[in-house]
Amino acid sequence: MNYRKIFLNGITKENPVFRLLLGMCPTLAVTTSATNGIGMGLAATFVLVGSNLVISLIKGFIPEKIRIPSFIVVIATFVTVVQLIMQAFIPSLYESLGLFIPLIVVNCIILQRAEAFASKNKPFASIIDGLGMGLGFTLAITLLASVRELIGNGTLFGLQIMGAAYQPALIFILAPGGFIALGLILALLNLVSAKE
Amino acid sequence: MEGVQNIVMIVISAALVNNFVLSRFLGICPFLGMSKKIETAIGMSAAVTFVMALASVFTWIVQKLLLQPLWLVKFGVAADKVPDLMYLQTIAFILVIAALVQFVEMLIQKTNPSLYSALGVYLPLITTNCAVLGVVLINMQSEFTLVESLFNGVGAALGFSIALILFAGVRERLDDADIPKPFKGFPIALISAGLLSIAFMAFQGLAG
Repeated sequence: MNYRKIFLNGITKENPVFRLLLGMCPTLAVTTSATNGIGMGLAATFVLVGSNLVISLIKGFIPEKIRIPSFIVVIATFVTVVQLIMQAFIPSLYESLGLFIPLIVVNCIILQRAEAFASKNKPFASIIDGLGMGLGFTLAITLLASVRELIGNGTLFGLQIMGAAYQPALIFILAPGGFIALGLILALLNLVSAKE
Repeated sequence: MEGVQNIVMIVISAALVNNFVLSRFLGICPFLGMSKKIETAIGMSAAVTFVMALASVFTWIVQKLLLQPLWLVKFGVAADKVPDLMYLQTIAFILVIAALVQFVEMLIQKTNPSLYSALGVYLPLITTNCAVLGVVLINMQSEFTLVESLFNGVGAALGFSIALILFAGVRERLDDADIPKPFKGFPIALISAGLLSIAFMAFQGLAG
């Protein structure tokens, strides 16, 4: 297995959001601004790398039958670490992500990688896989968040982009806009990949 | 009377006004994954309702008994000496939910084998349904009492069920519709969900 391939796998071919449609809850919920998107992406990446590493180290000791609960405990530990760090150092982001930080525990991407990759591969490869998947997730939700913030608020990372005359289409930063924006992006990707 | 009114408000708010799926974005994975057929949608809704109601009660007990044991004060422990284990909340709650799901799975297997085989694959997945962990965390954040937590759980599950079953009906129709090729599958499903979500925004007016 070459590491470059494992790394790129998560960003392109098996992009968790655009290709596997995993981790939809945070994808739709926190993407009301690009800053939130990046914050959520990086938090999930940290948890992914940490849990992939630990799970691939302890995979030999976990009995087959209780592997899922064991994985979840490992993941929950890393989520608690992220939660405490964010609360201490970036309280504003912690406030705006709110409920969705503890909910990283039940983000299907992380459990899926633990089950499909880390429990079958060596520690170093698992770290690379976690990084690739995490960055793929971060890129995807930042892209979605940028589209929603730009159309729904006329800004990008909080900076005014659209001219003063632009009337923001508020619906895009409300709940329905999340579904519709993601649907449109997926359709666009289908169109592009069909052309190739 | 006021108590009853309060409970009714909690249920309506959780089920319709802040619908878990369509306005809070909790439980999207089963919402998209289980909505291809109405029958599976109904089975999934029933199982989730059961787990959510039980989880609301059990996590409340764990929180008050173990994580924030304020009852120790009555037994002569100074208020500032009560142990605060809140940082363990996420881990404790997910374990409670995982154990409950396992229990429900065994219970259904023993009592109703035909329902068990119908739900088979979906049951263990409820552990990673973020709506369940979401509702118990919201219970704690809103500082609900035990009864309020129970009804918030039931209301949230009701909202989840309504959204899931309605959406399954929409998707069964989408199967026969003539859809442009790039939109086939998930894109059109997401856009339909968006339209459903717009419809649910009308309930915002109910929250006075």
